[in-house]
Amino acid sequence: MAVVTESEARAVRRSAPPGRPRRKVSRETVAAWVLVLPFVVLFLAFTAGPVLGSLGMSFTDIKQRDLRTPFSVNGVGFSNYAKALQDETFRKAAFNTAYFVVLGVPLTLIVALGAAVLLDRGVKRFQALFKVGYYLPVVTSIVAIAVIWRFVLSPDNGLVNTVLGWFGIHGPNWLGSTTWAMPSLIAMAVWRNFGSAMIIFLAGLQGIPQSVEEAGQLDGAGSWQRFRYLILPLLRPTVLFTTVTTGIGYLQFFEEPMVMTKGGPLNSTTSVSMYAYQQFGFGNYGLATSMAYILFVVIAVVTFIQFRLLKEK
Amino acid sequence: MRRTWWIYLIGLLGLIAVAAPFLWMVLGSFKTQGELLRVPPTWWPDQPTTQNYDDLFSKANFPRYFLNSGLVALAVTAGNLIFCSMIGYALAKLRFKGRNALFVLVMATLMIPGMVTFVPLFVLVTNAGLANSYPGLILPFLVSPFGVFLMRQFFLGLPDDLMDAGRVDGTSELGIFARIMLPLTRPALATLGILTFLGSWNNFLWPLVIAQTEDKYTLPVALALYSTGQNAQNYGLLMAGAVVVVVPVLVIFLAFQRHVTKGIAITGLK
Repeated sequence: MAVVTESEARAVRRSAPPGRPRRKVSRETVAAWVLVLPFVVLFLAFTAGPVLGSLGMSFTDIKQRDLRTPFSVNGVGFSNYAKALQDETFRKAAFNTAYFVVLGVPLTLIVALGAAVLLDRGVKRFQALFKVGYYLPVVTSIVAIAVIWRFVLSPDNGLVNTVLGWFGIHGPNWLGSTTWAMPSLIAMAVWRNFGSAMIIFLAGLQGIPQSVEEAGQLDGAGSWQRFRYLILPLLRPTVLFTTVTTGIGYLQFFEEPMVMTKGGPLNSTTSVSMYAYQQFGFGNYGLATSMAYILFVVIAVVTFIQFRLLKEK
Repeated sequence: MRRTWWIYLIGLLGLIAVAAPFLWMVLGSFKTQGELLRVPPTWWPDQPTTQNYDDLFSKANFPRYFLNSGLVALAVTAGNLIFCSMIGYALAKLRFKGRNALFVLVMATLMIPGMVTFVPLFVLVTNAGLANSYPGLILPFLVSPFGVFLMRQFFLGLPDDLMDAGRVDGTSELGIFARIMLPLTRPALATLGILTFLGSWNNFLWPLVIAQTEDKYTLPVALALYSTGQNAQNYGLLMAGAVVVVVPVLVIFLAFQRHVTKGIAITGLK
């Protein structure tokens, strides 16, 4: 019986026929690639590819008519970005987006937290009914929501102005006014979105042990004090998480103006996403993608800052 | 207890504030055009009529749109369940080169605004000759980073012992995935399935751009075009259309809401 050296054994293992692998690892690797491959193909084609493609496009003068003859496209460096930043309407859109985020995110989170506390501590008996009811707008098509809200906000026979009329107040033409169109869309967005943050807050609240509150009660803290000094600090990770996700979503503010106002009146509700979409419609593909990338950079920076805050806990 | 009274009252007022627009829409869909334009408006229909629904299903081509929406949503849901569970399992349970890099890449795309990929995706699909086709409506949504994340998290929670037991029994690696591990992820599959179906059913922008002839419209596209075109003045028809869009998702959501809220709570994601 010959002595097999370690290096010989390795050589044998290496030359083992592929159909009969000896090591478990290689079987595992083969299985992994079979499972991963379909996703990777779809992901490259429909996500990673378009991301790189749009980055490329943003540095060219590509227009709609160039689609059939892609070799007539010229590189233009950063001029699309410069053009976007100097565009009066783009600046207005950036202001509108900031207005929407700065007002919309806190309002959404406050309503969501209030609803979650109500569900967790208040309405024990019909909790499921309330939960489903509050979550309803989240699962509803924006198009259906638009149909409803156009009636709610209609100047003469709308729900809001009718109710205001009971108190002798003559409501404005909500969507037709440069002052009121944006607050109307913010109200609509809060109504539509608070349910998702509410569910996450609810999970966070249910993760806080009962004993924490009982300890506070023994120390004589009132319910507001218990909430402010015991519950809220423990909820901090959840608060920051919902801030990040709601913030990312609201920075891409698009559907509400798209279906309600088309950005009007006088661009008072045009958001960055909306304006980029309009430029796409005009066939200015290079400009449209550069605007989308400016937005992406802002989102990345804001998200990064929020994650830093999250980590500092 | 005295205190619970007003808490329920607040809850109920909140519920009314959230649900009032829905009720307004449902009631409105049974009103005549004349009544819808009346000032001051009525709450309950004066003379309830199903005329709007009759018009919707006879004059407008809504059965077709309904079918298109269902077809696209089912295909997208099936794709997500199959492909996301496959890669989710590989990322959670199998060791292979580039696993971490792939996971980071997928997560990074969660942050990219849809507008970034919109233009090149449109160019790609159009040049591939898929504009105004079912594959054009379905293919871009067959996988989602959210689905990958959800399935990976769920597989991570399953014990490795089950895989080892399968290996000892001589089950192939793919058999371990399909016959042993996958059946255990039913709650996660239910969550992903419902959320994907809802998302696809309500998807608006992509079908609006890709569906160019009437026979490829989905419900939201048809409704949006009705609400801006020559039918924009026919409010009853619009409201009935909106009800038709909402009711199927409501039924599905009510039937499976336990899974959805639990799944969202588990992953902590929207």
